[in-house]
Amino acid sequence: MSATSRRRGPLIASGTETVTQALAGERRAIARLISLMERGGAEARQVLSQLHPHTGQAHIVGITGAPGTGKSTLVAEMAKVYRRQGQSVGIVAVDPTSPFSGGAFLGDRIRMRELATDRQVFIRSMATRGSLGGLARATADAVHVLDASGYPVILVETVGAGQSEVDIARVAHTTIVLQMPASGDEIQAIKAGILEIADILAVNKADLAGADNIVTALQAMLDLGSARSEWHHGQLLDAEGVVSDSSGEQLSWRPPVLKTCALRGEGVEELLAAVQTHWQYQCDTGVREYRERERANDELRRILRHDLMARLLDRIADTDLVDTVERIVAREEDPYSAAERLIAASGLEAG
Amino acid sequence: MAETKIRVLIAKPGLDGHDRGAKVVARALRDAGMEVIYIGLRQTPEMIVEAALQEDVDVVGLSILSGAHMAIVPRVIHLLEEYGLSNVAVFLGGIIPDEDVLVLRELGVRGIYGPGTFLDDIVQEIRREVTAH
Repeated sequence: MSATSRRRGPLIASGTETVTQALAGERRAIARLISLMERGGAEARQVLSQLHPHTGQAHIVGITGAPGTGKSTLVAEMAKVYRRQGQSVGIVAVDPTSPFSGGAFLGDRIRMRELATDRQVFIRSMATRGSLGGLARATADAVHVLDASGYPVILVETVGAGQSEVDIARVAHTTIVLQMPASGDEIQAIKAGILEIADILAVNKADLAGADNIVTALQAMLDLGSARSEWHHGQLLDAEGVVSDSSGEQLSWRPPVLKTCALRGEGVEELLAAVQTHWQYQCDTGVREYRERERANDELRRILRHDLMARLLDRIADTDLVDTVERIVAREEDPYSAAERLIAASGLEAG
Repeated sequence: MAETKIRVLIAKPGLDGHDRGAKVVARALRDAGMEVIYIGLRQTPEMIVEAALQEDVDVVGLSILSGAHMAIVPRVIHLLEEYGLSNVAVFLGGIIPDEDVLVLRELGVRGIYGPGTFLDDIVQEIRREVTAH
């Protein structure tokens, strides 16, 4: 729906004022800026440039896992512990957009009702709007808004993820991958994808039968080593968390495997302790800066890709594109040569 | 690039547990391309308005079958104003006697729907309300 809402208009005139209010922690301004990020466009970019100097403060923690593993419930319990520690918490919870209607049913708040009137907790539900990596296009920008607004901890809950929704690892400093009992054997644990992005593995619903089996399978998976150089030193690492190599010098990280029962709040404090240890590890070893640079690099490339694409398409007539598609279908031209020809004709390469 | 969706908060304030209607409406709005934030049962007016604020919704839909609507709805509308959200449209579904309908409409409730309402009517009226201004 390209509805022009009754509330959407005035923001354009007062964008800077809204930014000032958001930076001061005003919740309504924060909410409206997140909506602006979802809409995207030039105004969103302007606001992001204003916010950028104020970002980079928060510890961003991602929570991912299959549908029904208890992500929302765990996020709520984590937020409660952070609140007991006196920290305010931002939460971004992503649920899928229907590929058919474009609508979405965002139900994560149901599990977070105990946080509903705590003004130190800001919860935003987000629909994926067509993105497939487990987050919405605007999730990272929404996190920027919360970060700039002064939330020291931001929890990002992905859509119910399968094996390849790994975008969260690019947004979060610490990624928790949630598993639950009876969700597959050790072969599942060896497969590439979501388990590889885990900084911490949590087996939720640990009161159910089989919890220990999956812990064992995950530990065995970790014993087999990993492609991630951060904690691969050609040896099996028995310890969890921060690990020194044989010389006692080189620090690395082996994801701890924890059991939680979010519904009863069990294991959550231990989980948060592991999150904190991971953060400390990243700060101490320079991994934090390294990842920050990776993230910036990633973001820059994404923006370049998008902008170049937009500029290119501006220079190519729609009829040209349609004709080219026809030629490709008719096997008169292959798509690679066509792309080369269109880029050359666009004049973007000149100079 | 710019993309705007109608965002609707669906809540069931009060103490009755009959949430089928709210879920059916939420589903219909989803299928009409809207983003529905469903917060479910036993919501206080404070919880509803705080969620409306954080989620930056266009519409708050309340489902009330307990008879408590004359206590709850005015409170929600009052709080919305207090939070600076008086531009959020309030819709109401449930068992609402005719004499209360008039009063609630007077208070600013944009649509009131009893049993037998066509889902498509709700969708159209929300769409009209949000795009009208």
